[in-house]
Amino acid sequence: MDQAPLRLPALGEIGGALRRQFQELAFRLGGERLRERLRTLRLHTNEFGQDPFGMDLDYVTAALGPLLWLYQEYFRVQVRGIEKVPPGRCLLVSNHSGQLPLDGAMIAVAMLMHAEPPRAVRSMVERWVPTLPFVSTFFSRAGQVVGTPENCIRLLENEEAILVFPEGTRGLNKVFARRYQLAEFGQGFMRLALATRAPIVPIAVIGAEEQAPALVNLRPLARLLRMPAVPITPTILPIPLPSRYTIYFGEPMHFEGRPNEEDRVMEKKVQEVRSTIQSMVKVGLEERKSIYF
Amino acid sequence: MSSEKPAIAITGICGNLGQVLAKLLHKREERIVGIDRRLFPGKPKDLEFHQVDIRKRKAEEIFRKGDIGALIHMGIMHDPRMTAEEHHHFNVLGTAKALEYCARYGVEKLVVLSSANVYGPHPANPNFLTEDAPLMASARFGDIRDLVEVDILAQSFLWKHPEVETVILRPVHIVGPTIQNAPSRYLRLRRPWTLMGFDPMVQLIHVEDACRAMIEALRPGLRGVFNVVGPGEVSLSTIFKELGTNPVPVPHPIARPLLDRLFRLRVSNFPPGELDHIQFQGTVDGSRFVKETGFRPKYDLRETIWAALR
Repeated sequence: MDQAPLRLPALGEIGGALRRQFQELAFRLGGERLRERLRTLRLHTNEFGQDPFGMDLDYVTAALGPLLWLYQEYFRVQVRGIEKVPPGRCLLVSNHSGQLPLDGAMIAVAMLMHAEPPRAVRSMVERWVPTLPFVSTFFSRAGQVVGTPENCIRLLENEEAILVFPEGTRGLNKVFARRYQLAEFGQGFMRLALATRAPIVPIAVIGAEEQAPALVNLRPLARLLRMPAVPITPTILPIPLPSRYTIYFGEPMHFEGRPNEEDRVMEKKVQEVRSTIQSMVKVGLEERKSIYF
Repeated sequence: MSSEKPAIAITGICGNLGQVLAKLLHKREERIVGIDRRLFPGKPKDLEFHQVDIRKRKAEEIFRKGDIGALIHMGIMHDPRMTAEEHHHFNVLGTAKALEYCARYGVEKLVVLSSANVYGPHPANPNFLTEDAPLMASARFGDIRDLVEVDILAQSFLWKHPEVETVILRPVHIVGPTIQNAPSRYLRLRRPWTLMGFDPMVQLIHVEDACRAMIEALRPGLRGVFNVVGPGEVSLSTIFKELGTNPVPVPHPIARPLLDRLFRLRVSNFPPGELDHIQFQGTVDGSRFVKETGFRPKYDLRETIWAALR
């Protein structure tokens, strides 16, 4: 009895087929330009195509399929100032909104399709993400890394581009009445920037707020379900509305100082970044002609 | 006798790992003194061997008169079927004795074989644990707290006895054709379980590379705690794809209680605590050892993956 009597549905095969479908979609939308850009991506992969953190170009391309569709067809993303992103290590710091972290995905697509040279952005995911089946694997293969300071420093020292949202879920899950008002910033990103002497690129995303205007956030229910938030949006289901996105990249900011300075000293530097992003958001909102059309 | 160069004592020499190490050292014409409570079947004639329990008085006698220059301590057992008490007695007390003899009889070099498992796999781990990360393995897998204690004993010895050059090695999962540890046995399974939706990056090291690292650690001047990494990181699913194995994905909420039952019924020889290794990240940074010794694994990723089977 060394053959199992019943052949379980091979998850690997289903996953593989799905992956190929999504890759085809990516190349249909991205065309020769995408192939060219993927070729010039600098990755530290082994003979199996995986980098030490588990990123796999095969999965990155598959993830790119639906994301590129969202980017081009659904959110019709416009990018401004991406040429300001420096080629080496950098911390991309952005405002965060829209209930679903699609703003992060759109920034990543922009960096892959339009930055020079093309960059595979690594973003820092919550520490409980590795406890989720499938999600954990998919995120890891797509280049997302658990948000520990050690991981972040290591990636910056490898000259990678890291995307951070210092507002965290405070920004992501805010209600519509507080749209485009930046929530409190965490300080972690600034300490990491100082420790690795990495420039900070401020980013303002316009349009993500309107993809899921949350009327209320049911906090007691969120606590009960142990979720960060339970926003009630017009679509109820987690389906975003097709708002127009514009992503503004600002001038890189360089900070000097010791990474283990007091909170008070750190706060000043953090506020400098926050107010830069807030004013970029303001300009972006003034320039915007139409929200959905 | 005194004209000969000082010997290298090896505890646990009869284990499969010990035999590979003995062979490598023997080829280099080192004088070896083997210590183990088990039999040594294929022992080379010119190899000095004492079948004795390291905790016994007779073991001390070996150190007292043996002119031992270095000790490689790997007499640490991992048998999932032995009780925690037996493990503790043999591993912790045995290590304490071995350390005591080193200090008392002027052994200049001590290499303790610990393991990267002492950190323990955990969802919030950074992808590359460095040597100063806390040893959390027994938080979720209590049965291996003796291994953590062995490491900590060796660490405090390192500080208390600066006259003994102590090196603690924490290699990643050692795999090899003769090796009987959990990772090697797992890779040999025809229908291994995986946890559905989980595919952590893992690190393997070929048994010969692990032994070469221990020999490297003998070099004069080297002291401290070092992770030892093989040819790099690879996801569990990639390993099985390479080996042509079809794993059985089991949903994690039922895998743990099920394996617990199977282990108790002696159907499986994997304690449920091992499941963390195929669910969460426990990979380490080996750069400190590389920087200080220039250590490079001889076997590449593909060869190392196949090493468990061939």
